Amino acid sequence: MTRAFVHKTHSSAQVNHYLRIVIFFISLLLFCGCRTDHRFVKKAVFKDSHEIAITFAGPVDEAWAENMANFSVYEKPDPDILSDIRSVVLSPDRMTLTIHAKEPISQEISHKVVLKEIISGGVSQGTAYLTVKKLYIGHLFSILMGAMIIQNFVFSKYLGLCVFFGTSRKKSTAVGMGITFTIVIIAASLMSWFFYQFVLKPFRLDYLQLVVFIGLVSLTVQGVDTILRKVNPALFKAFGVYLVLVIANCIVIAVPLILADNEYNLWESLMLATGAGLGFLIALFLMSCVRERLEFANIPESYRGLPIAFIVAGLFALAFMGFSGMSLF
Amino acid sequence: MPATTKTNRQLFVNGLLNENPIFRLALSMCPAVGISTTVMNGILLGIAVLFVQVFSSCTISLIKNYIHPRIRIPTYTLTIATWVTVIDLVLAAYMPVAYKAMGIFVRLIVAFAIITMRLEVFACKNDLWPSFWDGMGMGFGFMFGMVVLGAIREILGMGTLLGYDILGFRPILFFVLPAAGFFTVGFMMAIFNYVETLYSRRRKENNIV
Repeated sequence: MTRAFVHKTHSSAQVNHYLRIVIFFISLLLFCGCRTDHRFVKKAVFKDSHEIAITFAGPVDEAWAENMANFSVYEKPDPDILSDIRSVVLSPDRMTLTIHAKEPISQEISHKVVLKEIISGGVSQGTAYLTVKKLYIGHLFSILMGAMIIQNFVFSKYLGLCVFFGTSRKKSTAVGMGITFTIVIIAASLMSWFFYQFVLKPFRLDYLQLVVFIGLVSLTVQGVDTILRKVNPALFKAFGVYLVLVIANCIVIAVPLILADNEYNLWESLMLATGAGLGFLIALFLMSCVRERLEFANIPESYRGLPIAFIVAGLFALAFMGFSGMSLF
Repeated sequence: MPATTKTNRQLFVNGLLNENPIFRLALSMCPAVGISTTVMNGILLGIAVLFVQVFSSCTISLIKNYIHPRIRIPTYTLTIATWVTVIDLVLAAYMPVAYKAMGIFVRLIVAFAIITMRLEVFACKNDLWPSFWDGMGMGFGFMFGMVVLGAIREILGMGTLLGYDILGFRPILFFVLPAAGFFTVGFMMAIFNYVETLYSRRRKENNIV
């Protein structure tokens, strides 16, 4: 009785602890877009490849916004080189100002925006020096969500279909495959990343990418197989069958190649690999839910089996097209 | 399975029709869905797959006696990866535009189940020439499937064939969408199934008569 009670309090304390961490991260994410250096400016963010949007606390005067001399934009590392501003547009409610630059603005570098003598309702609010930057966590989060949902590897990039159709017949199989796949892909991509950054690139062996990556993937699968067999035989019994199938999946080799092409760093690589794995899990789960129901449906004879599965996947792909073009941060 | 008794021509036709990689074996579906938007893509990827399939089959059939059975799958994978690297570099050097259109799929040939399967099932038990013809059949079968899918999607979606305007209008624009790849493959498979059931039914009726 006492032991159970102790256990319970312990676990609830742990939950509280996790909750606090989660709240901390969420608040960090929420604050990332709102931090500015001037009391009258609420928000300054990158909007498009050419635009910076600035939101004010109150309406500003149109005459002030029309004078281009009031605005200057430069990259934080070199303040001498000003970006050319093509136009400045004030929204109808006079609260939001959009600065269009002639050249594309690199969102990776933080920018400084100078607004001279902001005039609101005839009263000067002082000069604002704003820093516009993308928060790194936001960037990582957008990579994760991008790989998971927006650019889902199965429904938007059409990879890994053989295994996808093979293992989505039952919910339990789908979840097992998804989890195994996520573990293997994270391990394999991180290993490939290390190998690419510290061996292939310094020695100029880029052309060996494919041979090395496929070798590393097979090695990871074999390693996970051996470790799981020794450490947790019960888990191996449940997930061991899916391990062999992982090698036949194109996603597991596509992710290291994408990492190498885009020169991602360690955290970005981790996010992309996790996103790809979880995205595959989501796709498998959705598909298996539908296919379990299809078992009882009255389907024309020639459509039974794979053809109807393809058409269902097509419908999913159409639905996932709705996410395209979405950007989170 | 002992060495094959089929003639070279039978092997070739077998890969092209009876065991067509896309419609019959339903292997390597990713490119069939992903980049079958035009006939040209199909032909180019078909050439790449043909090259890799033929050369890996020949390599494996030549060295089959020196491979320890336990490490045969890694050997296959590395052989394929080598030949894919070759075709990847060649395409990137001589056909940069087409290479860009096909994107990552050229390098993903390394993970195509069809090639590994042919090595495991056929090339490691047969001599050079049968393996060569089997590889040719499979490669051309893959190309045939890709071209058929590409032609359907190009004609229905854009009204063009190989870039030339043949219809003058766009019948069903839906087929240009990337997601339509799934539908096209699904419909094609259903048609194949339907034809098959028709044939078997007719054969049965003939037998009865």
